[in-house]
Amino acid sequence: MKARETLGALAAGLLFGVGLIVSGMTDPAKVLAFLDFAGAWDPSLALVMAGAIAVAHIGFRATGRLAREGRADGRLILGSVLFGLGWGLAGYCPGPVVVAAGALSPAALVMLPALLAGLWITERWLARGAARDQSK
Amino acid sequence: MTVDWQVFTPWSALAGGLLIGAAAALLVWSAGRIAGISGILAGFARRDGFSAWRIAFVAGLLAAPWLVGALAPQWPLVGTHWSAADYPRLIVAGLLVGIGTRLANGCTSGHGVCGLARLSLRSLWAVAVFMGTAGLVVFAVRHVPGAGA
Repeated sequence: MKARETLGALAAGLLFGVGLIVSGMTDPAKVLAFLDFAGAWDPSLALVMAGAIAVAHIGFRATGRLAREGRADGRLILGSVLFGLGWGLAGYCPGPVVVAAGALSPAALVMLPALLAGLWITERWLARGAARDQSK
Repeated sequence: MTVDWQVFTPWSALAGGLLIGAAAALLVWSAGRIAGISGILAGFARRDGFSAWRIAFVAGLLAAPWLVGALAPQWPLVGTHWSAADYPRLIVAGLLVGIGTRLANGCTSGHGVCGLARLSLRSLWAVAVFMGTAGLVVFAVRHVPGAGA
């Protein structure tokens, strides 16, 4: 069970990374060209998502993991605004920045530590808040 | 909105998308986990977060360019969009992406690919907001005189 989990995750990570490279999403210029709706628009990212969602949907349906989560809240919206600001500035979201760092892209190697710092500070801060709520 | 047919790569985009979707399906089938990159990376902030599946998945992501480089040396890997003068912008962007995706519980993969594939309404909101915001940033930088960097 453990071996299947670990080997499956390794293969999934490889496949995910290869997919990002094949689709061109590890090149920030291509991502920014998608986000530039008013300029010379490159729709590629929409096709990446359509293909990925279609296949992943089959997987989630087959494993009984379709969504049961509730509604959007303020934290989700605020977080998505902050993420959108950073994504629009850099053209890198978390997956591509990790893969590009693996390829030793200097820009990705500069951005990844800042991204991890942001993630980990926020994760610790949220965990502390949750612990405080429990002790009340 | 004008499509730039010179740079639009429909077939490689679709093929890459299918691989990403297959990866998400493989991870949920083999490990029962959702392929959300920001959530997986955030796990390393917890003492119990260094589990084998998480380390293996990130190792796969890091190794992917080496696999592509070995199989198809001509395939472009990461582009050369940013130079050293842009590093301050990338650091600010990294902090925003890190804080934002943790607050929102997901990024382009967790909400965009997996969430939408799971038919999650929360994820649809997240995608609309982060894509809309990112579009506004690019609009300001590229089309508003004086706002660009």
